[in-house]
Amino acid sequence: MKAAKSRIKNFLAQYFGDRELQDDENIFALGFVNSMFAMQLVLFIEKEFEITIENEDLDLENFKSINAMVNLLDRKTTVVAGN
Amino acid sequence: MINLNSEKLATKSANQKTIKCVVWDLDNTLWNGVLLEDDRIELKPNVLSIVKTLDNRGILQSIASKNDYDRAMAKLEELGLHDYFLYPQINWNSKVSSIQEIAKLINIGINAIAFIDDQPFELEEVNFSLPKVFCINAAFLEKLLDMPEMNPIFITEDSKNRRLMYIGDIQRQKLESEFVGSKEEFLATLKMHFTISLAQEEDLQRAEELTTRTNQLNTTGYTYSYDELNQFRQSNNHKLLIASLSDKYGSYGKIGLALVECQQNIWTIKLLLMSCRVMSRGVGAIMLNYIMKLAKENNVRLCAEFVFNNRNRMMYIAYKFAGFKEIDKKYELSLLENDLKSIQPYPKYIQIQIILNPT
Repeated sequence: MKAAKSRIKNFLAQYFGDRELQDDENIFALGFVNSMFAMQLVLFIEKEFEITIENEDLDLENFKSINAMVNLLDRKTTVVAGN
Repeated sequence: MINLNSEKLATKSANQKTIKCVVWDLDNTLWNGVLLEDDRIELKPNVLSIVKTLDNRGILQSIASKNDYDRAMAKLEELGLHDYFLYPQINWNSKVSSIQEIAKLINIGINAIAFIDDQPFELEEVNFSLPKVFCINAAFLEKLLDMPEMNPIFITEDSKNRRLMYIGDIQRQKLESEFVGSKEEFLATLKMHFTISLAQEEDLQRAEELTTRTNQLNTTGYTYSYDELNQFRQSNNHKLLIASLSDKYGSYGKIGLALVECQQNIWTIKLLLMSCRVMSRGVGAIMLNYIMKLAKENNVRLCAEFVFNNRNRMMYIAYKFAGFKEIDKKYELSLLENDLKSIQPYPKYIQIQIILNPT
């Protein structure tokens, strides 16, 4: 999942500039949840990792940090592999 | 729809929905003659007044023409028309791809586009690939302004300035793409000012226009008539909020609307919408935040209705990321609730003003 982590970091860098984000840092605690950013983040995860984020996955908890997103990806891809 | 010269095509309607953008062909449609072959090109009679009238009605205009870009733009400039067209697609691509590109750049649905051309082939191709586009044969140009699709119910201050706002937006986008730094830092340079107020009578036409025009950033798609909105405005059991936005380039006008139904212990957001024009400005959730704060101050539960329409997922995400949870679902209608335990502060890059002037 190292690759996923760095891909997410690269994406977030567009929004957070030079600021070095920690893996478990709450990205939404840094400021307001801009709905455009939220949408772009969800679309990025879906496109980049070829998964579908269901309505029930759309929870701040799943996107609040790099680790949270990696965990979500883990869960989503394990389910698919299990099928 | 093969008989393209028939009256039928000229009056075919896309569910009588108002058209948001008219896409013009150039040769033998906007002007008489073929630019690359004829020395003398003249506008068709009445075209100037048609273009200006549509513009006044708040209908945007663009171009899909197979032509030489530089020469066509120079000709449009000479005719004093170039400012009227947003994102002109003057190239050798199919009109289908040009129209798709325009819809994407303006950020409107294909069904809100009308396409005027003199060539049956072009009309037929667009009609075949994009059946939701309202195709008009240039032979029926004279009737254009009388078509119901070209007549919005209301023409507001905002509709008259619509094209200028889009042009302002194009400038902003260009600057944004050139800006080095984070998005928030860029947004801060815009010096945005967001105002939320209780809707007044003079806001109602625009409010109704927003409910009918906005699909994408709209939580339920409920539409209300002028009279209904006027009742909500005066009712003790409702709050009708309207938001406007301006920045260093000027005003975007009234761009957001919310209707909250207030019962004794529970408030329900029936409708929350933002004009797509302001989508990239990061202001979508500010109105929502304000309602959350207000509900908390009033010690009421806060719920929100949501109706999916395939294009409004962004608003669902806005609700979920603001801490709303789905508590009930009946067919397409979801009921969400926020426990109001955690409410985010307003973003730093924008100045917020709340006007609750009782009148």
